[in-house]
Amino acid sequence: MMVGSMDDPLMLDANAVAGDLYDLFGVELTAVLHQCASCGNRAAVGTLRAWTRGPGTVLRCSVCSDVVLRWSRTSSGMVLDLRGAALIEVPRA
Amino acid sequence: MVEPLVWQIGTLRARHEETPRVTTFTLSLPAWRPHRAGQHYDVRLTAEDGYQAQRSYSIASPPSRSGEIDLGIERIDDGEVSAYFHQVLVEGDLVEVRGPIGGYFVWEPADGGPLLLIGGGSGVVPLMAMLRERATANGGIPTTLLNSSRTIDEVIYRQELDVLASSADGPHVVQTLTREQPSGWTGYGRRIDEPMLAEVLAGSHADPLVYICGPTLLVEAAATALTNLGVAPARIRTERFGPTT
Repeated sequence: MMVGSMDDPLMLDANAVAGDLYDLFGVELTAVLHQCASCGNRAAVGTLRAWTRGPGTVLRCSVCSDVVLRWSRTSSGMVLDLRGAALIEVPRA
Repeated sequence: MVEPLVWQIGTLRARHEETPRVTTFTLSLPAWRPHRAGQHYDVRLTAEDGYQAQRSYSIASPPSRSGEIDLGIERIDDGEVSAYFHQVLVEGDLVEVRGPIGGYFVWEPADGGPLLLIGGGSGVVPLMAMLRERATANGGIPTTLLNSSRTIDEVIYRQELDVLASSADGPHVVQTLTREQPSGWTGYGRRIDEPMLAEVLAGSHADPLVYICGPTLLVEAAATALTNLGVAPARIRTERFGPTT
């Protein structure tokens, strides 16, 4: 199956990793607005598709399926790559 | 100012078998806080060697029930967290949890309706929180539940759904059984598809707010079919379960 395929039975919604997102940003993130750096789609973070079975977690755009956020847990904490996000409206904690 | 989300130790107060595979676990929480229907809790198990396994489980109880939560958990045969709940946990045991989490797949009475709730398997758990909240808050919001299960014995909350459906201002409940139907069955007998959704939409109020929760492929099929049938994507919220462990 193609990586990031939208009919992948392992694909989840970003709701499923709301706890991880809370650890990363310190706020509830699934309802806030993000913009995909690839296609420009603006939508709630909760609309992102999540892949959670790999060594890290990958969130992809629901429109163009490009990677928006990805992170992994290490022995000392978490490593976050957010190149795929043009913006994220993080609310006040 | 929102209070930070912290891990807390809950106590298992009761367990109730809903179906052979799904059990309701009632946890008393010292730092309980009101949730919104559709949210979940993270559950964390820690082994003696420090290994941790974490999963999130949907809340089935309405926020009006304070001090405790019901988590609906499906037993997955090789699942390390769900198997612990089903096979090991007894009343009085302690469980580490944090929540409520999730701000997207949520419904509050102020969000209004009409509502179209679509569940597959244990996907009905967060939808049940919405139906229970609707019943306590304002029974008047027009609501339809389309619920897909494999067999009649695997319909989660079947009795409660029957009671709700037969009450004044109750939701319209449509069941489909995909694998086996008892004799005299009047519901659907196949997987959720576009013709079924067209009929359900025709029998519901126009322009519904749609919540779909279930296995990934069911959610994908239902969301695509509804979009084909003219429901605005912005009115559809989804929560995919995937093959959970």
